[in-house]
Formats: sequence, structure tokens, C-alpha cells
Amino acid sequence: MAQRAVAISPVAGIGAATCVVVLILAALGAVLSRADLVAGLRLSAADWAAIRFTVSQAAVSALLSVILAIPVARALARRRFVGRAALVTLLGAPFILPVIVAVLGLLTVFGRNGWANDALDAVGLPQVSIYGFHGVVLAHVFFNLPLATRLLLQGWQQIPAERFRLGAQLRLTPRAMFRAVELPMLAQVVPGVAALIFAICLTSFAVALTLGGGPRATTVELAIYQAFRFDFDLGRAALLSVVQLVLAGGLSLLALQFVPQISVGGGLDRAVMRWDAGGRGRRVLDTGVIALAATFLLLPLTAVILRGAVGLPQMPGSVWYAAGVSIAVAGASIVVMLALALPMAGWIAIRRGGGTEAVGLLGLSASPLMIGTGWFILINPVADPFDFALPVTIAVNAMMALPFALRTLVPPMRDTVATYGRLSASLRLRGWRFWRIVLLPRLRAQIGFAAGLTGALSMGDLGVIALFADPERVTLPLQMYRLMGAYRMEAAAGAALLLLALSLGVFWLCDKGGRWRAEA
Amino acid sequence: MKYLTFAAATLGATAATTFLVPSATAQTPELTVYTYDSFVSDWGPGPQIEKAFEAVCECDLNLVGLGDGAALLARLKLEGERSDADVVMGLDTSLIAAAKETGLFAETPVSADYDLPIEWTDTVFAPYDWGYFAFVHNKDLDAPANFKALGESDLKIVIQDPRSSTPGLGLLMWVKAAYGDEAPAIWEAMADNVVTVTKGWSEAYGLFLEGEADMVLSYTTSPAYHLIAEEDDSKAAAAFDEGHYMQIEVAGALAGSDTPELAAEFLNFMVSDAAQAILPTTNWMYPAVIPEGGLPAGFETLTTPEKALLTPADEVPAIRAEALDEWLNALSQ
Repeated sequence: MAQRAVAISPVAGIGAATCVVVLILAALGAVLSRADLVAGLRLSAADWAAIRFTVSQAAVSALLSVILAIPVARALARRRFVGRAALVTLLGAPFILPVIVAVLGLLTVFGRNGWANDALDAVGLPQVSIYGFHGVVLAHVFFNLPLATRLLLQGWQQIPAERFRLGAQLRLTPRAMFRAVELPMLAQVVPGVAALIFAICLTSFAVALTLGGGPRATTVELAIYQAFRFDFDLGRAALLSVVQLVLAGGLSLLALQFVPQISVGGGLDRAVMRWDAGGRGRRVLDTGVIALAATFLLLPLTAVILRGAVGLPQMPGSVWYAAGVSIAVAGASIVVMLALALPMAGWIAIRRGGGTEAVGLLGLSASPLMIGTGWFILINPVADPFDFALPVTIAVNAMMALPFALRTLVPPMRDTVATYGRLSASLRLRGWRFWRIVLLPRLRAQIGFAAGLTGALSMGDLGVIALFADPERVTLPLQMYRLMGAYRMEAAAGAALLLLALSLGVFWLCDKGGRWRAEA
Repeated sequence: MKYLTFAAATLGATAATTFLVPSATAQTPELTVYTYDSFVSDWGPGPQIEKAFEAVCECDLNLVGLGDGAALLARLKLEGERSDADVVMGLDTSLIAAAKETGLFAETPVSADYDLPIEWTDTVFAPYDWGYFAFVHNKDLDAPANFKALGESDLKIVIQDPRSSTPGLGLLMWVKAAYGDEAPAIWEAMADNVVTVTKGWSEAYGLFLEGEADMVLSYTTSPAYHLIAEEDDSKAAAAFDEGHYMQIEVAGALAGSDTPELAAEFLNFMVSDAAQAILPTTNWMYPAVIPEGGLPAGFETLTTPEKALLTPADEVPAIRAEALDEWLNALSQ
């Protein structure tokens, strides 16, 4: 193969990736340095059971989320209708809600006295229980289906309109169109999305515990939590953290290796016209798919909103202060995330293998408790950890969002570099000028999406802050839990609604900003 | 002009902070108290305790909320002797043995005439409030009278995971204290009553209020909140005839404190009338020493167990490990 056109320098990307790796490994090292390693570390039978459960529920959840997302994203890509943009934004909501809020929303629909069971009762059918393995999977699909849909939708939007025009001229049937045009795109995007969701589900433990129904639903993250909190066995905590890193990182690496390198080629960025999508049957099918997905995702959200509206007037003023802190943290997380993600995406885009992207997954697969504790150990001897509560939270939030950002940024960046790299190089557009003139304008939509997701995720995060927090630096989710702890469930529901509104708001602002004056 | 005004305002503000704030703090001694989250929240005892103590101590009380009791202890172990804390408040009898093992605590300066169902003999920690664990339910429920009846019924309960929450651990100790070697059988009988196990108290109580279960593991004092704060008398706590396990919340001074006298003053304040009268309707627990004014109206309606159960603090670690294994085995079937 001839020398590849490279207009991006890998230095910044390697630097950013090193930052991430150092941040995580330093934390791990710090935990290990304080661990009592004499005991001889081994994984117990219970640990193995936890690993098996963690992997199987994550695999099923990831697979189901992606499989269900394909028809939804396809239908959304083919259709234009009033409220589509709002729907697409709303679909982002479940993902960013604190677990307890989302779970209570789900229970309003699928719980013992939920709407679904009421409906089943009405027609004389037996009740369904949401607890158990299927409950965990249901909740994970609720959380991740929207994310998968959004990422796949972006894949569809990367296909140049000319492909569909050509397909239509050749009178390809929808099935042939799918095979010739859409399947190659899916083959490129799906493994990464599945790997991402797998990693997310791997580190979940509040969902798995609450809906799993008990000790059977023990995850590795819960074992880490127990090791830190109750046994204060840092050696075991570190060992389990490594297990989690290897599981999430390793399996994702494997998935990314199978991503075929397919470039969809340059197009004219016109609106995606779908000549193959006509016909009443297909229209009914798409409408049905969208309606089903929207019902599944929006009903629990409606429950959160209805309940929250009642509680809003009861919220004490401190909730608003916490909301302010959360907004500031979210803004800072976005900046840090972009500073890490853009150079890393550039570096990954000019490399041939996809393995480097796994570095991004490290941030997601590392336990926030491990990172928090590690940095606490590092900071404590030299400074007051309280002063670093917000910076550490911001850094961890940015790293958590990194894999989502990379998954969104890399494919279009790879295409842009492949398409315009040589031309730009011949025009001596290199380095910053290439970024400014070619890359950034073409990636606006993806950057906006990544920034919105980071802001929203950061808004709802309750990880590190709990370890470092003091009264002056309380974030909104933490304040919500404090309200619940003081029995003020209605006020907590109000705070949850505020959180939902803020998360959606920051997401909408960034996403809209990215697509301003551009065809979605 | 706008910029000039802005610059002047900034300068003024900086000058004010530089000249006023340090001189104010330089003279006032500061006492740092680590406690759990819900204590320091606006609706917890924190703000009132702070105001009441600062009125008498001529000091600056700095209450720091850190998760729950278990998180508090973990935090202390992380900080070791470098800790800025002078007092730790919010550990319970399950955590006392582990806390003493750190060697960070000093003998307690408090000696009070406690109104506890048991005799308090610990010399390192002083109790400030306490409660009984209990299953809370709606009043219209025909509640079981003990764990055996619960196991035989088809009532649904929500409990907390002992590996991530202190009430969850309390339930383990409760069953173990009541039934000893019979505990595994009790858990096996109850396995089909457990709808689900949650990470913490908030999640479990939320599920119960949603109607996901008939009963939830909480405290006998939980109905007092609904009654007093919400004027809702629909909740009750089931009285179990084998006795109820107690949670006694304690405070202790750190040996490394740079203001030991102030720490002692605070610990004594916590068992005084001024503090004890605040706790029942903010922390929703019983006071360790009943204040002169007695318990608030509404507390007389609460379930009062015939028998109080408590495992001696030094026996907790061994029993906890055994009970956790038994619990995991019984519920994993």
C-alpha cells in the first residue's frame, strides 16, 4: 500500500491517551501501594460467580440493545416527521438519569402495581415480575437502546446521499439496498457500539442489584464496592479492579479488532433522500417501530415527570445551589473531554487498527470508586483532598464519556482523513490548519453530540463526588439522595425532574449547537 | 467604563476577603467533625446542631458529611493519622471493633446517664442516638409477629444488601442474634419473600413507597417521620416477638486532634439536652439521653419492642463474616 496521506500529527493524540492511562494506572498503583499483599490474593468462588453473572448479563444486554436499535435507527433515518428532532433528543434521556430515578420510572410502568400489570389485569392475563435476570436486561436495554440508536443513526447519516440515489437508479429493492449500502456501514459501526454497551453494563451494579433480586445478581463492581467500603481490603479491591479492567478492556479490544475497515467515500452532504422507503407497508412498519420504541422509552420518563412536578414546589433552596454546582461540573467535563477526545480520535483515525480505541474504554471500565480512592491516596499526603473534589470528579466524568465520544468521532474522522487527507496534504493544510479548515467543520454534529452526552452524563453522575464530597460541593444527584435519606421522597422526585431537565437541556444545547445550520 | 467598574469591584472584593476573613478565622478555633451525609443536610440535624454548639463554644464547627457509617470508617482508614478530623460521629456498634483497630481514637471524655435499653460500657465511643431496626408496612397490613411467621407468609419484603449498606448488615446481625445457628433456616424460609435487595436504604424505602413490597427494612422510628412531618399516620412498624436489633450511633474523638478540649466539649454537648432535643425530629432516632422536655409528640405511638437485641461490639467481626456467608448461601439458591 502506498504511503497514507497523513495530515494529522499523532503527537497530541498519544499525549492525550497517555494522560488517560496514567490517570487510571496511577490510581491503581496508589491503591496497591497501600494494600496488604501478604495474604496472597486469589479470586474466591463467589468472585467467579460474580464474574460469570456480570459478563453474561452485560453480553445479553449489549446484544439485545444493539439488535433492537437497528430497526429503530433505520426507521428514524428513513423518515422525516414533525417532532422527529425532539424525539431523537428525548431518546437520549434514559441514559443519563441516575439509576434510582430511572428504576423508579421503570417500576411505575412494569412494577407490581405498574401500568403494564394493570393492563394485563384488565384483560385477565397473569402479572409479570420485573425482578430477576430479565429485569436487569430490561433496565439495561432501557438505558442503552437510545444510545445505540443515536450512534447507529449517526452511522446512517454518514452514508452519502449519492449512494441511495445510485441504488434507486439501479432499482435496488429495500433488501438489496440494505445489503449493498447499509450493511457495510452497520458492519463498521455495530461492533464498536456493542463493545461500548457491553462495557457500560459490565460496570453497573445498582441496577443489577435492585432489579436482579439479590445475591445472585452480584456484579464485580459490587464486589469492589464491598472490598473498599466494608472490608477495606485494598488488595482485593485492586485485584477486582484489574479483573474489571481486563474484562471490559480485553473483550472490547477483541470486538474492535473485528471492525472491518470500510470507508463509505466522499459525498455531497445532502439530505438523505430515501427512494427505497416509499410504499405503505414500509411506512407502516417504520411508524410501528418508532412508536414502539418511543412508548417503551417515554412512558417511564413520563412517570418521572409526573411525579417530579408534584415535588418541585417542595424542594429546598439548597437543591438549586447543588444544581448550579452540577452545571459547572458538567461544563468543565465537556472541555476536558474535548481536549482528550479530539486529539485521540485524530490519532486513531490515522492508524489502521482499531485497538487504540480501547484506551478510551479504560476510563469507562475502571471503577470510579477505585479511581477516586487511588487519587485520594495520592493527593492526601500533599494537599487537602476536599480541594480536589471537583477537579477529580470532572476528570473522571470526562474519562467516562471518552469512549462515547471516540465511538462517535472516529468513524467520520477516519472517512474525512481518507477523503480529504491527500488533497489537504497537497495544499499544505497540516496540523492545526487542517483541524480548523477541514476536520472541525465536518465533525460539528459529532462534536456537538459528544459534548452533549458528556455534559448530560456528568450532570447525573454520582460516582467520585460521594467519596470526596463535603457540604459546599454537593452535586444535584447527591442532593437528591440526601433528600431521599431524609424521607423527603416527593422533594427528591422534584430534584430528579430538575436533573432530567438539566441533563436534557445541556444535551439539547450542545447537540443543537453542533448541527446549527446543518442538515441533521 | 464598564470594565473599570468591574475591575474596581473585583479589587474591592479581594481587599475585603484579604483583610476581613483571615483575621476572623485566626482567633476562632475550628472543630472538624466527620459524619454521615444525611446528618449534615439542610433537613438533617446538622444546621441546628451547628447553631446550638457555636452559640456556646466560641468556635467554628465544621461538619463534614461523608456517605454513611461504613464510608466514614473507610475514609478515616485512608487518611490515617493525617486526618484533619477531631471528632467522628455516626459509626454504630457494628463498626466499633473495626474503628478501634485503627488505633486512631482516644478514650471518651463523656460519662452520661444514658436512657438506652442496654448498659453502655464502651470507653472509647459515646452514644448520641439509637433506634430499632424494624419492618415498616402500611397499617392495613396484617403484619407477622416474627421472622418465622414472615417466612411462612407470602408477604413481599425489600431489604438492603449487607455488603453495601448498614441497615442490610443490621438485619443480618438481627437474625443471627435472634436465632444463632438456626439463622440459615430462617433465611431459607424468607428467600421467597424477598422481592429484591437494594444497594442502600433510600432505594429500598423508595420501592416500598412505590408499592413494590408489603414491608421494607427500616426503623421503628420511620413512621414517626410520616406522622410528624407529613401528618400521615398510615405507616407502622411490625413488632417481632423475638426482639429487635438495635442500632446505636456513636461519636468518638481522634487521638490526633489538635483541639482535644474542644472535641471533648462537643462530645459532651452531643449528650446534653440542647443536642438531644434536636435529634428525634431531624435524625428520626431516639435520643441517647431523654431531654427534659421528653420525647416529641407522636413518638408515643411508635412500636416499642419487648426485647432489645445487640451483639457485643468485639464479637461483631467474626459473626458478621459467618452471617454473610449464610445469607449468601440461602439467597443464592
